[in-house]
Order: sequence, then structure tokens, then C-alpha cells
Amino acid sequence: MTQTDRSAPPATPGSQPPALSLRETLRAAEIDTRLLGMLVALAVIWIAFHVMSGGTFLTPRNMWTLTVQFASVAIMATGMVLVIVSRNIDLSVGSMLAVVGMAMALVQAEILPDYLGFDHPATWIIALVAGILLGAALGAFQGAIVAYVGVPAFIVTLGGLLVWRGVAWWMASGRTIAPMDSNFQLLGGGSRGTIGGTWSWVVGVVLCVGIVALLVNSRRQRKRFGFRLRPMWAEVTLGVIGCVAALGSIGFLNRYYLPEGLARQYAEDNQIPWPEGGLNVSAGLAVPVLIALGIAMLMTFLTTRRRYGRYVYAIGGNPEAAELAGINSKRTIIKTFALMGGLVGLAAAVQIARLNAAVSGLGQLTELYVIAAAVIGGTSLAGGIGSIPGAVLGALLMQSLQSGMVLMNVDAPMQNIVVGIVLVIAVTLDTVYRRRSR
Amino acid sequence: MADETSTVRPPLVELRDMHVAFGGVKAVDGVTVDLFPGEVVALVGGNGAGKTTLIKSLSGAHPADAGQILIEGQPVTIHTPRDAKSLGVETIYQTLALADNVDAPSNVFLGRELTTRWGNLDSSAMEDATRKLMARLNPKFENFIVPVQSLSGGQRQSVAIARAVHFNARVLIMDEPTAALGPAETEQVRELIRQLQREGLGIFLISHDIHDVFDLADRISVMLQGKLVGTVNKDDVTVDEVLAMIILGKRPGEVTIEDIAELH
Ligand SMILES: Nc1ncnc2c1ncn2[C@@H]1O[C@H](COP(=O)(O)OP(=O)(O)OP(=O)(O)O)[C@@H](O)[C@H]1O
Ligand SMILES: [Mg+2]
Repeated sequence: MTQTDRSAPPATPGSQPPALSLRETLRAAEIDTRLLGMLVALAVIWIAFHVMSGGTFLTPRNMWTLTVQFASVAIMATGMVLVIVSRNIDLSVGSMLAVVGMAMALVQAEILPDYLGFDHPATWIIALVAGILLGAALGAFQGAIVAYVGVPAFIVTLGGLLVWRGVAWWMASGRTIAPMDSNFQLLGGGSRGTIGGTWSWVVGVVLCVGIVALLVNSRRQRKRFGFRLRPMWAEVTLGVIGCVAALGSIGFLNRYYLPEGLARQYAEDNQIPWPEGGLNVSAGLAVPVLIALGIAMLMTFLTTRRRYGRYVYAIGGNPEAAELAGINSKRTIIKTFALMGGLVGLAAAVQIARLNAAVSGLGQLTELYVIAAAVIGGTSLAGGIGSIPGAVLGALLMQSLQSGMVLMNVDAPMQNIVVGIVLVIAVTLDTVYRRRSR
Repeated sequence: MADETSTVRPPLVELRDMHVAFGGVKAVDGVTVDLFPGEVVALVGGNGAGKTTLIKSLSGAHPADAGQILIEGQPVTIHTPRDAKSLGVETIYQTLALADNVDAPSNVFLGRELTTRWGNLDSSAMEDATRKLMARLNPKFENFIVPVQSLSGGQRQSVAIARAVHFNARVLIMDEPTAALGPAETEQVRELIRQLQREGLGIFLISHDIHDVFDLADRISVMLQGKLVGTVNKDDVTVDEVLAMIILGKRPGEVTIEDIAELH
């Protein structure tokens, strides 16, 4: 159908194509300056908290806890990016989280035990899959009303916010459902839901290899077509920065050690005699953090390398143009809401596993944190603009603010005031930046 | 109204008795036009005459309420842009219809992305194809990795044109393709139209520029208030006669000396 001639020689045969300049390198490397800006903001916040809290913020223990707390909002924020990019919004995620959390809790605590008995090895996966599917179905239902009936997403999901909250209460008449299946609990990253120091290093090395592979592959692609290449020093720098960041974070987090009780348990299990001064056993990455990491990569892949993602952006940029290009916008919108719902299901699993219980008040105000994370991460409410890594950083930034303030004993009302102000400042800076770069 | 000799073969495209209404407004009211391979038919008329609405029924952007579309003599149904494209009908819209937030290659291939074996987007292949295409259409075009909203009007137009010509169209619809262009770029587009015509494409050209029309078109179809005033061979008419059709709705022969005087 196309006339692509892939065997054609490069534009300047024989000679190396000219190198890219530094600014173009930043651009070509897809390190947009605003993502760099966010990293700087994050660093500033961390250092400020560290100083103000008398050196308790940038500790392995605090950062490890922070990563566990940020995971569920990060998971949902990646889906919210696509919803907002497609010129929609989902206000129902908090209430939907309660419904799905409640459903998963009922499945594992009250339904499955009748058939499988307690703590059957299949229970956790059945409950998890059921929850994700239920979330996707609720999302698809709302998406269908938006896409086919044409009711604005704001209204549909505002209705959802009220309806699902009520449904969550009604599902168990306001009871608390507990406890969770013991395998399911690992999803929350509780005392046993971590992968240990060694496996964490493995994850770090895999990330490092992945970064290098991406760089090599992208260079090979550009070479194949004779495009201009990044200078070699830039490639190496990028690779080194990526690996140092990945391995550095792992090394830092690995210095969070299991509390004494669990460490003793560990020593017993591995038949290590308990030493005098105690035993330092790295907890390693928590399961929810791994999930968030995996989801972030999967969603980045989906948005940048698959047709679906490209269509979401095209619809957000110009819905009419997308239709004229033959894109099925309605189906794309439904998929986007379903994806959001599925991610809500996953986040709900993480939350009830961590709480080891489900209550109908689960996820209250979560929609606002999720939207704020996406928006702080550079997602434009006008649609068409936003990135997954940005939203994940946004979630990290929000969680850092909250943890930092908790550490400094700032009271809850004040925390809200600060988060609110930061949200407005972030969007203001973004707007100014965009206007100038136009 | 076409050359008697060329009716031996059925026209490449025939729009018969097309009707499109928006509420009470009859935007297209019983219009019949046709187009032969290797021919440029200009569609002209004042603002709101219904030109865009007529061609949208062929491009699938807005299906007609009534009427028949024939391609190479065969009746076809066109409900969506996809239908039109699969019949080899490509369109450059007046609004360009670009996704402003993505880059030129993404726009050129929007809806028809090149993918790898695994179904992943093959961005490099798309960029490469776009570069080759642009080398032909607009050699000065260099911004392949920035969102098209930051491009000039002429560059954006080049992207829209590239998208239409890349996919081996048989029929090309161009709605004001030179409206946003400077003189040099306009000349490039004119040359491109001539080249595509030589390659045997049929082209519907909508233009307000009467010089464009007389320079490029073989036949001229004139619309006024949703109705077809008439179709004439370019060689048989003068600019004044066409202007009289556009403004007064009078066919050559019906025009009086006073009418012509009024036009000037
Ligand atoms: N989507 C729409 N909804 C309602 N009315 C419309 C719509 N599109 C076009 N019209 C009306 O139909 C008539 C024909 O419009 P059309 O855009 O086809 O004219 P045109 O000949 O292309 O004009 P121009 O030279 O200004 O582009 C106008 O009266 C216009 O107001
Ligand atoms: Mg028009």
C-alpha cells in the first residue's frame, strides 16, 4: 500500500551524517526540558525537606515507605494521562476503587473460601483478575456513555463518583471486610511483600540493560535510514546516567533493613545464627513498587509504540482530523476508559492488600490526587499533551510533599493547603513555559 | 457536458444529483459533476456555495442525504473516510485536518501507520518515507520531529498534501490547497498538480484563485447557493464568463454586455 523504499542509500552516501547539536540532542533523546525541570523540582523538594526535618527525609527507610505509598496513585495516574489526553476526565476513580476493592475483598474473604477453603493458592489470582476485569467493565460502561451517547465525561464520571460510592457501601452494608488472603497481602508490600536485596539488584541490572538496549536499538534504527545520529558522547552519557540512576536508587533503597522481628525470622529460616549486634537484611523493593514500575513501562510502550496510543493523542490534538483519518474515535475512547478502570482495579488490589481490609470509604479523594499527579506531570487538561513518565514523577512529587509534611508534623488541613498551592503553581509554570516555547 | 469523445470510457468519478442539507439550509442541491482520469476539474463558487460540502460527500467526511456516487461506472457507497480511502479517493481538506500535537510523519501516516512485524509503530520507517516524500514536495522542509503546530502555514500544507499523495490515490480532492502558501510554494503545488495529472490521477480542485483555475483546470464546474450553475471547458470560456457564472449564476451566452460591465 505504501511506497516506502527501505533499501535506498542514506542522503549523503559515504560520509557520516552531521552530528546533532546539544539542544537537538536533548530534543532527539526525547528528554524534554520540562521533564528535566520536574526532576530538578523533585530534588529541590527532597533536599528542602531533608534539611527542614533535621536529616530524616532522605533516609532509606523514609524513601522506601514513600515508594510504597506512591505506587497506587502512580498506577492510576498513568491511565489518567490517556483519559485527559483524549480530552476527557475520570472523576470516578476513587469511588470505583472502593467498589472494586470491596468486590475483591468479598471474593477472597467470603465467596472463594466456601469453595476452595482459606488461603488456597489460586485465591489471590482469581480475586485479582476478577477485580481488574470488573474495573475495566465499569470503565468501559462509562466510556460507552461518553463515546456513543455523547454525554460529557465530566458529567458521566461525576455521576459515577456518587453512584459507585453508594454501591460500595451497599455491597457490604458498610461492613469492613477482612482479612485478606495471605498471598494476596503480598500485593500490598506489607512485611513480607518485598523481593529482598538480591532480587532488587537483579531488577536494577535489568533496568540498566534495558536502557542500554533501547539506546542501541534507537541508534541502529536511525543508522538504518541514514538519519543524523546523536554524538557518541551523548549516547554514552545517557546510558551512564540511566544506569547510575537505576542502580543508585536500588542501592539506596536496599539500605532499608527488615525490622528486628522479621530479620530474626529470616535468620531462622536460613539457619543463620543471630549475631550480637543484630542482622541487616535488606527488605528490597516492595511488590507494589514493582507493579507501578512495570505498569509505567507498559503504558509508556503503549502510548509511544502502539497505534492505540498514537490515536489517543491524535484525538486529543484534533478530534475532527482523527475522524477524517479514519480513526475509530469512539472505540478508542471506550478502550481508554476501560484501561483506566483496569488500572483502578490493580490499584485497589494494592490498597486493600496493604490495609489487609476493605472498607466502603476506600479511595476517598483519590480521584483528585490522581488527576493532580497527571496534571503536575505535564498533562494538559485541554487534551493532546501529556506523558506517562511525567505523571509518574507527578505522583512521586505529590507523595514526597505529603510524606515530608507528615515527617515535619504539619497538620492535615495545612497539608491540603500546601498540595493545593503546589498544584496551581505547577500548572502556572507549565502554562508560561508552553506559551514561551511556542 | 464532458468531451463527447471521452465518454467512451466511463468517468473515473461521477456524482449524480447530490443533495446535502443542514437543517433548512440546502448546502448542496441536486448537483451532478464528473471527473476523468488525468483530468483536473475545478470547482468554483463564492463563499458558502457548497463546494466543500459537495466534496465531503465523496471523501466520506459527511455523507450525502441523497444522490449516487459512481467510480469507474460502478455505484459505490461512501459512509466514512475509510471507505473513500479504500476506493483510492484522497482528500486535502480546507482546514488541513492535521493533529497539531504530533509530528509530520505521524500525521502523514495517521490511521495507516507503518508497523513492524510485532505490530509496533515503525517510527523510523515512517520518518524515512516522509523525508523522501518531502524531498519531492517541499525540499526546504526539515522539521520532522516537532509537533506540526509549530510549523508555518506552508509547511503544514505540505504535510497535508504529502498525506494525500503518498497512498497511490486515483482521485485527489484538493480544497483550497494553495490558500496558505507563498508564491514559490504555490508554484510548487501547481507543478505537483500537473505532475499528478500526467500520472493519470483525476483531481477535483477547489480554488478561489481564478488564475490557478485557468492555469490548471481542464473543465470548470461552477456552484452558486448549493446549485450547479454549469460545467464548461476552460478553453471555451473567458475569465469574465466564469466570473459571471460565479457571481450572477448566468451561463455563457446568457450574459449581456451590461452584466460584464457590472462585474468590473
Ligand atoms: N457542518 C455544518 N453545519 C451547518 N451548516 C453547514 C455545515 N457545513 C456547511 N454548512 C453550510 O452549508 C453551506 C455551504 O458551505 P460550504 O462550506 O460547503 O461552502 P464552500 O463553498 O466550501 O465555501 P468556502 O468557499 O467559504 O469554503 C453554507 O451555507 C454553510 O453555512
Ligand atoms: Mg469550503
